[in-house]
Amino acid sequence: MPKQAPEVRRRNFDEVALGYLAETAVQEAKRCLGCKKPKCVLGCPVEIDIPGFIQSIAQRDFVAGVRILKEKNCLPAVCGRVCPQEEQCEEICVLVKKGGQIAIGRLERFLADWEAGQGEPEMPQISAPTGRKVAVIGGGPAGLTVAGDLIKLGHHVTIFEALHKMGGVLVYGIPEFRLPKAIVQREIDYLKKMGVELVTDFVVGKTRTVDSLLEEYHAIFVGSGAGLPWFMNIPGENLNGVYSANEYLTRMNLMKGFQFPQFPTPIKDHSRVAVIGGGNVAMDCARTALRLGAEARIIYRRSRQELPARLEEIENAEEEGVIFDFLTLPIRYMGDENGWVRKIECLRMKLGEPDASGRRRPVPIEGSEFILPMDAVICAIGNSPNPLIAATTPGLEVGKRGNIVADEETGRTSKERVWAGGDVVTGAATVIQAMGAGRKAARSIHEYLSGL
Amino acid sequence: MFKIIESQMVVPNMHLLVVEAPAVARQMNPGQFVILRSEEDGERIPLSVSDWDAKAGTVTVVFLNVGHSTSTLASLESGMNIPSVVGPLGNPTEIDKFGTVLCLGGCYGIGSLYPIARALKEKGNKIVTVIEARSSFLFYWEDRLREVSDQLFHITRDGTKGSRGHVSRLPEIIKAWGQSVDRMIINGCTFLLKRGSDVSRSMGIKTVVSLNPIMIDGTGMCGVCRVTVAEATKFACVDGPDFDGHEVDWAELLQRRKQYVAEESVSFRTSRCEEHARRP
Ligand SMILES: Cc1cc2nc3c(=O)[nH]c(=O)nc-3n(C[C@H](O)[C@H](O)[C@H](O)COP(=O)(O)OP(=O)(O)OC[C@H]3O[C@@H](n4cnc5c(N)ncnc54)[C@H](O)[C@@H]3O)c2cc1C
Ligand SMILES: Cc1cc2nc3c(=O)[nH]c(=O)nc-3n(C[C@H](O)[C@H](O)[C@H](O)COP(=O)(O)OP(=O)(O)OC[C@H]3O[C@@H](n4cnc5c(N)ncnc54)[C@H](O)[C@@H]3O)c2cc1C
Ligand code: SF4
Ligand code: SF4
Ligand code: FES
Repeated sequence: MPKQAPEVRRRNFDEVALGYLAETAVQEAKRCLGCKKPKCVLGCPVEIDIPGFIQSIAQRDFVAGVRILKEKNCLPAVCGRVCPQEEQCEEICVLVKKGGQIAIGRLERFLADWEAGQGEPEMPQISAPTGRKVAVIGGGPAGLTVAGDLIKLGHHVTIFEALHKMGGVLVYGIPEFRLPKAIVQREIDYLKKMGVELVTDFVVGKTRTVDSLLEEYHAIFVGSGAGLPWFMNIPGENLNGVYSANEYLTRMNLMKGFQFPQFPTPIKDHSRVAVIGGGNVAMDCARTALRLGAEARIIYRRSRQELPARLEEIENAEEEGVIFDFLTLPIRYMGDENGWVRKIECLRMKLGEPDASGRRRPVPIEGSEFILPMDAVICAIGNSPNPLIAATTPGLEVGKRGNIVADEETGRTSKERVWAGGDVVTGAATVIQAMGAGRKAARSIHEYLSGL
Repeated sequence: MFKIIESQMVVPNMHLLVVEAPAVARQMNPGQFVILRSEEDGERIPLSVSDWDAKAGTVTVVFLNVGHSTSTLASLESGMNIPSVVGPLGNPTEIDKFGTVLCLGGCYGIGSLYPIARALKEKGNKIVTVIEARSSFLFYWEDRLREVSDQLFHITRDGTKGSRGHVSRLPEIIKAWGQSVDRMIINGCTFLLKRGSDVSRSMGIKTVVSLNPIMIDGTGMCGVCRVTVAEATKFACVDGPDFDGHEVDWAELLQRRKQYVAEESVSFRTSRCEEHARRP
């Protein structure tokens, strides 16, 4: 897929990948075998009819293709961009070994973008009103999916979102250069057109409790996502200039810090930024810092093979000039007299025996301490689930890590009429998994509502 | 959209805003805060709540005009709308029968202390309120505080009202009053919280402070509001904002609050809060 050249894009916030032209898309679609028992579909958490929409592209019937996509996925423009396709649908395409797998995600993105270029989206069939009311807590991918599915079935749906914008991580986490915010907004506008009621600036558990909502709504879906960031508990972590990934990205994305001072939320001008961690979140932070003019490096305790981020994003980061310090563990941050971080002390690691996750465990090399000068550190090592709902909802079973316990197949929780799904149940996962969980919960909620 | 019902300057550079937010007002308790945005794409501004009216559906905040966002907020007139009022956030202040409670407030804390003193009074506590400011013209809401206090004392740095000096005068005031204090509650700028806690530690009085670190979401997502309390990291927006003043790592908090000073034009500041720290 065509991309902005690395030396250009490392200095702007425009989208990196430029998308297929119609001709390229049709060529790629024609390679698909249209398997009778398509393996690719098994890899897609929302079971999109992949050969179906690809055949439509091959026949240049884009309208039909969009319709097929939207039957199963209410956020195709998002998934086509951020799904880890290489581990999902594309990984098990039968062509993997024969000439290369079909670029399913890119084709999905192509169709969604093509539709956006056509003006008003086609509205789906909406069933007659059932008179049943559903409250969805959290406007991230899980909540948006539940809302989209249930509104089509004729239920009344209200989404309550704590922040001032809908979208969850899609708006406050994933940066503009990977997922333009206009695309997320388009999907949200679509839900609104279908009749979903959107309430922002509303913190469930605070503005109103789950129990109070249950008096007014027949069913509730909790999709409140990830919350409190983890830190490593090493000395100096509360120095100025040590951020959590969530703070850094929220300042940049939701509050548009990268356009300071046009927008009033400030972000510091840093020249050397270290990001601790190796996932998608870490890549996003490093590439954001780079675009603000800093020298950005990733500090990761294992080696390149173990990086949990998507390969495509690792390669993008490398091309753009992010420096990688593998097998390195920060042990201490040191500040100046004003309390600003100035140096990181690290240890070199080597890989030992495999641990419970099957990955080789990093072990420190004794006496290998060294110091890196740095004026900002971004800690991207994970989050606990958002704590507010669990803390204010009696009767809701919560797991050891603070996650809400929900049935994997139905999303039902221990509390009557309350369903849950997405990161608040599984811990940090993916957009499409959150959507998959939303889909299952919507099905179960619909069954329940139909029996009333 | 949330409608502004009243907007006025209560004392120089200190503004009062009454805003319509029925869902928020209905759930409000003393010691909680809200987050406001004064304009689309504006900063999220955390402000303690100084009063509310559940029936009328309004919330009152008092704030010091310190930078871009608060001055935008101060420039709004009644009848205008603002895009966000979120809350009530944070945990309410613990209200129980403690005996005699000393409520110490300065700056915006004079306002936010009021509903706390009121609730404590209703619980049957004896309330002694001490408010402090640079000069007597910076006091407001004295009549309201008097209503809910058994005694009201003033401290001014220039001696224009009450004792002259700083919170370090507190032991004398308590002595003059002649009764023992079972608990102290402090609202206001970080310097006042710190100095007040230093003083009360030496007197062995349990002290609850309402912290005001930098915040963004206020729901436990971003981690910027982290403070060290009793050697553990706490998130002020969900674990606080009230903490034991004798357990807070003040040096760290004061440092963290300064993170964006260079970026913000800290204009026309009249409180000079930092002087608490410089002058004993
Ligand atoms: C920087 C970053 C990059 C990522 N990159 C990728 C990627 O490339 N591909 C991929 O598949 N996944 C990626 N992920 C993971 C993916 O974004 C998440 O797994 C997904 O967003 C989870 O969706 P969710 O709906 O469960 O929660 P969220 O997206 O977290 O949404 C939850 C929403 O609920 C709101 N909320 C919380 N508490 C309350 C409350 N009490 N009341 C009301 N509202 C509340 C929150 O404000 C939030 O808007 C990334 C995540 C991050 C942080
Ligand atoms: C729980 C809580 C309750 C508060 N209650 C009140 C109140 O009742 N009245 C009042 O006047 N102030 C209160 N504050 C402080 C108030 O939020 C800040 O003064 C305000 O956000 C500054 O915005 P600004 O853009 O005008 O100033 P800026 O120019 O941005 O900053 C001036 C200074 O204010 C502090 N500050 C900046 N942004 C924030 C932020 N998001 N959160 C906290 N501090 C910040 C920093 O120390 C900064 O140096 C409270 C803060 C918290 C966290
Ligand atoms: S939603 Fe994701 S997994 Fe499913 S087909 Fe699209 S890219 Fe593949
Ligand atoms: S497995 Fe590959 S070739 Fe077969 S239908 Fe799916 S995408 Fe097409
Ligand atoms: S303000 Fe973001 S976690 Fe407290």
